[in-house]
Amino acid sequence: MTALTMPARPDPDGASPRPLPWRRMAGVTWRQHRIALAAVAVLLGALAVWLWITGTPLHHAYAAAAACHPASSAACQSLAGTFNGTNDRMAGGTTPGGVLLQLVPVLIGAFAGAPVLARELETGTFRYTWTQGFGRCRWALAKLVLLAAALAAATGAVGVLVSWYYQPYFAPGHPALPLNQMSPFETLFTLRGVAFPAWTMAAFTIGALAGMLIRRVVPAIIATLAVYATLAVATAGLLRERYLTPLVTSNPNPPGTAWTISQWWTRDGRSAFASPPLSLINRFCSAPPAGRSKNAPFGTFAQCLAPHGYTQWTSYQPASRFWPFQWIEGGWLLVLSALLIAGTIWLVRRRAA
Amino acid sequence: MNVVEASGLGKRYGGTWALRECTLQIPAGRVAALVGPNGAGKSTLLNLAVGLSVPSAGAVSVLGGRPAGSRAALDGIAFVAQDTPLYKNLPVADMIYVTRSLNRRFDQRYARARLDELGIPLTRRAGRLSGGQQAQLALTLALARRPRLLILDEPVAMLDPVARHDFMATVLAAAAADGMSVLLSSHVLTELERVASYLILLARGQVRLAGEVADLLATHGQASLEELAMTYLLETRTPVVPR
Repeated sequence: MTALTMPARPDPDGASPRPLPWRRMAGVTWRQHRIALAAVAVLLGALAVWLWITGTPLHHAYAAAAACHPASSAACQSLAGTFNGTNDRMAGGTTPGGVLLQLVPVLIGAFAGAPVLARELETGTFRYTWTQGFGRCRWALAKLVLLAAALAAATGAVGVLVSWYYQPYFAPGHPALPLNQMSPFETLFTLRGVAFPAWTMAAFTIGALAGMLIRRVVPAIIATLAVYATLAVATAGLLRERYLTPLVTSNPNPPGTAWTISQWWTRDGRSAFASPPLSLINRFCSAPPAGRSKNAPFGTFAQCLAPHGYTQWTSYQPASRFWPFQWIEGGWLLVLSALLIAGTIWLVRRRAA
Repeated sequence: MNVVEASGLGKRYGGTWALRECTLQIPAGRVAALVGPNGAGKSTLLNLAVGLSVPSAGAVSVLGGRPAGSRAALDGIAFVAQDTPLYKNLPVADMIYVTRSLNRRFDQRYARARLDELGIPLTRRAGRLSGGQQAQLALTLALARRPRLLILDEPVAMLDPVARHDFMATVLAAAAADGMSVLLSSHVLTELERVASYLILLARGQVRLAGEVADLLATHGQASLEELAMTYLLETRTPVVPR
């Protein structure tokens, strides 16, 4: 075999060449990750179609009920019943589609985020990539930021669709119509607004850092699942309700769209108990049968205990705080993602072969 | 100009020195062979020279004083790592695209013409090529960057004799054509006889011998590179414990 083709003479080059333009990483990232990106697009596309198909009858039923005049007429009450009877196919995220939607961020983190660097380290291709002229830190930064932005944009679009789906339930109430309402906090808070793309970005960057630390794909995926689950549970259970100081009311019926944080009772200005003991209920609230007492609404207790000096207090987050809460959650997750990317780049810089 | 300069260079993994007190200057325009048994520190030295590793002691610079691993250094160096890592799921055309995008210079016409000569189809995934073809693809991508220094880590270890010959012929042709310097490591001594003009002998993490092949052969009175290398390597080997 003869080598006929020769490379041309190299250009004279300076001791400190200008860095290569960042835009070159767009094509590189696309070619390397198009299968992962296509898989994400198919998943989100299918969920979007499902949301649209199931959300349309919900919106029709709501529009018909809300436009009905006069509201007290039997026809309007029947339309309200139709809306209330229309199945919420998400059922607060408990149907298969709703569960899948809630798993989107962690799936993206585990199967798109964790392999980004772990596969390079596991297969040894980092020895090819990190010795090219682009520079390994700039390569890692460009790739992580591009992928995180693309994934955030895609999930942000689906988040808008989820918000649209639930719009009828969060619409301002029609006092004369008994339309179902939900608290915007308790209904898939993380799948709407800015929280959905922010959680996706956080999951992706958790995966990238785990991959860089662990250097193997499968253990990095497992670590990503564990860290994401811990963070999501801690945020939902402990952190979110503390973003802003809850409002406190002694009105036994706080607004139906409010997110109730806790309830307690006082007597003569002193704390009495978290929930009325059975002995007290039996003494003062003997009207409802004993068998029903567990299921009796608190309003009933409040009414029968109030004459005896007991006051029920409720701390809650009003529905009007939905967007402030969204921005707080989106904000700290964005900061977390940026820190995780910075940590990953730091590891790339100091990683020795 | 020296293409690689190391002074007091050392690399420690845990408590073991993989490379110790390595001081050498490899002049430009040579095909330099880094020779030594397995575990002698060859890959360690090459990884330090391309900046994949950070020295535990001393310093290494390339292409006339550019710090190893700096952008200026990587701009002029092409490195083909051991087992020629490639993105196995990417078609050959995409490997060309990626390499062109990540470098300031890339001779696309050379790359395509060379792969055409080798009969490597651009649409095939890199992972579906034979071992010899993968090595040739990695080499072609490296040469198309028109480097001033080509570094090859055990380039022919996994290849059959014909593929070895073809691979080395490509390296020598490119070196002869534009004065590119080459630094390659190998434990296959016979391969180096024809190609090397400069020799660095490494054993147990230390440089035992370094210099122009012609001078070394004359000084030490050996007929071939292989005999010369063997003489030194036998001196430094671990003593065999008699039964």
